[in-house]
Amino acid sequence: MHLLLRFIIGGIVVSLFAVLGDLIKPESLGGVFAAAPTIALATIVLTVHKQGAGYVAIEGRSMIAGAIAFVLYASAVSFVLMRYRTKSLATAASLMIVWFATAAGLWAIWLRG
Amino acid sequence: MRLHLQFQSLRETTPMEYAKRFLFGGIVTLTATLIADHYGPIIGGLFLAFPGIFPGGISLVEKHKIERERDAGKQGIRSARGEAAVEATGASIGALGLAAFALTLWKGLASGHALIPVLICAGAAWTATSWAGWWFREKM
Repeated sequence: MHLLLRFIIGGIVVSLFAVLGDLIKPESLGGVFAAAPTIALATIVLTVHKQGAGYVAIEGRSMIAGAIAFVLYASAVSFVLMRYRTKSLATAASLMIVWFATAAGLWAIWLRG
Repeated sequence: MRLHLQFQSLRETTPMEYAKRFLFGGIVTLTATLIADHYGPIIGGLFLAFPGIFPGGISLVEKHKIERERDAGKQGIRSARGEAAVEATGASIGALGLAAFALTLWKGLASGHALIPVLICAGAAWTATSWAGWWFREKM
């Protein structure tokens, strides 16, 4: 039941921020909403209730690494699209490796210990 | 460029595209939860900043721009991809805000503060960092 609730809350929160991103112009500011803390907002209250604040604090520390990976990933997507004008879906999907590699690297050197 | 709201852009999104966003948002949230449940909060926390719906989002930006250009009698693929690149630049600035959100969440909860004030401060940190990053980039 709690998984269904998370699915519904996640869908609503992501949709709301996507609509905000569509509404707000210029495009560069609307794009900011593509990196809103949607998943965190959709899950944190339920996670604190189930696992406690200490658990979410640990998640928050790891989330910094995930966000740094997101900065590098989105910058790489922007650079490739601007430079080569490739198809955006294919570019963003194939460069996802940048997020995984950065997140794994930060986990190995910072979080794992 | 001046900040404004463009309500016309809401009409460009079809009901099916809204449904897909909801579905992907739900799936990404659920996946992040299941990863945290299985591998614990250190790995799970990474996925709270996973750009799961980002590829679909910038693909929509490209598609809508191509449709607008086509309506104006132009080809518009290059400029549409340029607009998607601008959206991605915005996302990289938003991701800096995401790091500020996470830092506030971590430090606030680890210090024993209550969840709601910490969430409000984290939201403010995301907004302030993203806004400052965007403003600085616009001035460059």
